[in-house]
Amino acid sequence: MSKKKNVSLKTNQAWCKGCGICVAFCPVKILELKKDKIHITDKEKCIKCGLCELRCPDFAIYLEEEENGQ
Amino acid sequence: MAVASKLIENNFRMNRLPHIWCPGCGHGIIMRGIAEAIENLGYDKEKVCIISGIGCSSRAPGYMDFNTLHTTHGRALAFATGVKLANPDLKVIVVSGDGDATAIGGNHLIHAARRNIDITTIIFNNNIYGMTGGQYSPTTPHGDLGTTAPYGNVDNVFDICRLAEGAGATYVARGTVYHAKQLEKNIENALKNKGFSVVEGISICPTYYGRKNRKGNAPEMMMNLKDTTLDKKVAAKLPQEKVEGKLIIGEFVNKSQPEFCEEYHKIVDKFTKED
Ligand SMILES: Cc1ncc(C[n+]2csc(CCOP(=O)(O)OP(=O)(O)O)c2C)c(N)n1
Ligand code: SF4
Ligand code: SF4
Ligand code: SF4
Ligand SMILES: [Mg+2]
Repeated sequence: MSKKKNVSLKTNQAWCKGCGICVAFCPVKILELKKDKIHITDKEKCIKCGLCELRCPDFAIYLEEEENGQ
Repeated sequence: MAVASKLIENNFRMNRLPHIWCPGCGHGIIMRGIAEAIENLGYDKEKVCIISGIGCSSRAPGYMDFNTLHTTHGRALAFATGVKLANPDLKVIVVSGDGDATAIGGNHLIHAARRNIDITTIIFNNNIYGMTGGQYSPTTPHGDLGTTAPYGNVDNVFDICRLAEGAGATYVARGTVYHAKQLEKNIENALKNKGFSVVEGISICPTYYGRKNRKGNAPEMMMNLKDTTLDKKVAAKLPQEKVEGKLIIGEFVNKSQPEFCEEYHKIVDKFTKED
């Protein structure tokens, strides 16, 4: 699983089907559905555990390496 | 602008996504796991062939950017046997459903296992025929509902892992879409085995199995997988009453035995070397 390196949380609302799996299992509860689409409520609190990415059946939420590193 | 992770961009036919599976269908989680396992092992994509039969699960190869073959219901292993024998260097993977692999394709499964042919079969087990609208399958639990069992299923289930082990598979494991990381590891180990490997991936079908049997929404069905399963290693340390009724996950078989194609080609070589 991704460690807290230079990654940031991304979503793709066009692919999100609003199943709620990532919302239910995010350990810090920073995900929610608005009109059946994924939203991040507080990106700063994300611990970058990658659990949302691992269990999203639609590949609509993921951690991505930052392009212009530190 | 990127729309998906590197893993998805590198291993999927982006113009075919998003896939057609229902919201919360577990199949996407297993499909992702297969891609990650292949990537972790660093296989050359040209040397991988993914083959399926018919079913929601069997649609997976259509999305995956490898050599792929979408065949007929239950027969993926027959096609895969031909592909593997003709191209022994290919890494052949079969993607199947509980219906595809254990009902109509049950005989192909046990005989491929008996032969120990070097094919990795990943069975997406959602305990139902999803594609055709919720008929019971050989893994629908006794008493559960299906469109063909409106008063409860009177049949008993196949234990896919014990079936595969009994038939001679040299790698057998069970994981779930809740335990996605372990499942991915099982797939990786299955791919490493030179012989017939079976990974039972317990999936969820919120649309038919879930709705018919009042199992709740997708997150609730995921939680249910957490609550009703036990890792083999954990179970071994627990008293019997704590293990009773739980579905055991983990690796059951991982052994080395003569492989079908190698044995077959040994015979061929005997005659080709003589002249
Ligand atoms: C020869 C034949 N018989 C029946 C069917 C109808 N059929 C299509 S998919 C399917 C069952 C699929 O169930 P499963 O393999 O569990 O896959 P799932 O859709 O649940 O992922 C059936 C019976 C068919 N396509 N071909
Ligand atoms: S990476 Fe972990 S903490 Fe961050 S949103 Fe996903 S599940 Fe939550
Ligand atoms: S798991 Fe994926 S599809 Fe489901 S709500 Fe989260 S982002 Fe959307
Ligand atoms: S019917 Fe069931 S198995 Fe098929 S896509 Fe929908 S949830 Fe998945
Ligand atoms: Mg099924």
